[in-house]
Amino acid sequence: MIDSIEKRMLKEITGLHDIPQGAFSLRKDGESAQVSSTANIEIRPKKDKPGIDVIVKPGTKGESVHVPVVITATGIDDMVYNTFDIGENADVVIVAGCGIHNPGGEKTQHDGIHNFIVRKGARLRYVEKHYGEGEGTGERILNPMTDLIIEEGATAELEMVQIRGVDSTKRDTQAKVYKNAHLVITERLLTHGKQFAESNVTVELLGENSTVQLLSRTVAQDNSRQVFYPRVIGKNKCRGHVECDSIIMGEAVVRSIPEIAAHHEDAQLVHEAAIGKIAGEQIIKLMTLGLSAREAEETILQGFLK
Amino acid sequence: MLEVKNATYTVEEEGETTTILRDINLTLEDGKFYVITGPNGGGKSSLAKIIMGIYPVTSGKILFNGKDITTSDVTERARMGIGFAFQQPPRFKGITVGELLYLSAGESKRGRGCNFLFDVGLCPKSYIDREVSSSLSGGELKRIEIATLMNRKLDIAIFDEPEAGIDLWSFSKLTETFRRMHERSKTTIVIISHQERIMEMADEIILVADGQIQQKGDKDIILPNIYRDCNYTKNCLERIENVDR
Ligand SMILES: Nc1ncnc2c1ncn2[C@@H]1O[C@H](COP(=O)(O)OP(=O)(O)O)[C@@H](O)[C@H]1O
Ligand SMILES: [Mg+2]
Repeated sequence: MIDSIEKRMLKEITGLHDIPQGAFSLRKDGESAQVSSTANIEIRPKKDKPGIDVIVKPGTKGESVHVPVVITATGIDDMVYNTFDIGENADVVIVAGCGIHNPGGEKTQHDGIHNFIVRKGARLRYVEKHYGEGEGTGERILNPMTDLIIEEGATAELEMVQIRGVDSTKRDTQAKVYKNAHLVITERLLTHGKQFAESNVTVELLGENSTVQLLSRTVAQDNSRQVFYPRVIGKNKCRGHVECDSIIMGEAVVRSIPEIAAHHEDAQLVHEAAIGKIAGEQIIKLMTLGLSAREAEETILQGFLK
Repeated sequence: MLEVKNATYTVEEEGETTTILRDINLTLEDGKFYVITGPNGGGKSSLAKIIMGIYPVTSGKILFNGKDITTSDVTERARMGIGFAFQQPPRFKGITVGELLYLSAGESKRGRGCNFLFDVGLCPKSYIDREVSSSLSGGELKRIEIATLMNRKLDIAIFDEPEAGIDLWSFSKLTETFRRMHERSKTTIVIISHQERIMEMADEIILVADGQIQQKGDKDIILPNIYRDCNYTKNCLERIENVDR
């Protein structure tokens, strides 16, 4: 059973109103609370450490898996290891996400270590949303580590979203992309107050005709700080595109350090990074349509982070 | 009716004062079609922007239907029924054409905005979900900008060089749209333009140069002057040559 706070958190991070049908794992306050498998997708708790193995049978199509983490207590320090094995030619959506409601004065932290293997010809869409709230003064901290292997002809799309609420986050993502395989990582981030966010992504394009797109759009407000370090290394005939785009406001600090490295003559790698405030003309244009300055700013940020 | 009275607009840059507009007196009557023309840098866009409230007047007054709106901000003037389509419209990452039209329509329905895309020569189906970002060409952006005004219920609509960057075919469609707008609505239309075909549609022409209104009056009186006025043409050519060099 989950209570109303937990329901709200669940909705924030997964869009679900309640425990769904199908493959599902809920982790609550540092412990596994509920696990259910389906004929094609097996979820089993790890024996040697906290966490789960999610095994998707080859050829599974159109199914989704929800693996949310919800923490509603203060002073929790949770560390979890999850392994996702996406069988050959499967096509699935995994919705992860972590919501912290910290009611007290102690820090609450969740560190997830995720390993993905996307097997030959499979397609994975992975959505991970971070959400934080709570009346307490305790910090809300999330440090995910993600490791991906994308086999021949497979495709993985990762969508990582964190809009407000998380005080400190350090995200490490590593991927190896093989022949004819594709990876797209989209990041959306908004920090405010004194929040801190760091994202390090390293992608190795190992196979012929492998591709990657790393796209981040972020907004840093108030006194928050953000650091991005996306790296793409091309070791074969491949294409890579890195695009970091940030809006800076108030006293915030944003550092964006994209790196591309080619080890092959036919590696085509591009990076673009831009940081700037909202253009005055954008606000004025929306004001000429009858929006107030505040509404205009809100509309611009919402669109940018969509 | 909109009145600009003794308006001056100056800017300060590095301790120096530059006068952009001086002694502007202008009355725009309801339902009329005006074209503002004149050389580049003459102050046409600035004049439009003081009417919209984007630039503040340094001295003088602006009245709208008798009410003093000199200190009203852009939002307030927009809500009163004044509209302005930018010469160089801004782009918005993540905001689609459909969303922008939806915002511009205010209370009224979204569906209408799509029809206005037809009027500016764009197929709604292929544009409605596109981002108003750098993926659009200059001409496409301009036409969407124009549609954001068509979409609003306005007392005064000011278009700043709407023809710029637009191909001939779309231009025909556009002039037709302005003509229809003039015939069917009570909106006062003000178009900043150099195009003969647009000037020919006007009730009145306003010639702006060197930050002042040089001439204003009936199209049939002003247009021949403009075509004949070697000073204006010569000035124009000299300026263009200067730019080229
Ligand atoms: N905000 C500003 N600061 C400084 N100079 C300006 C500003 N706005 C306009 N100007 C100058 O005022 C003059 C008139 O500009 P503008 O109104 O854009 O002319 P037009 O639209 O007729 O080409 C130009 O010389 C331009 O450089
Ligand atoms: Mg101009």
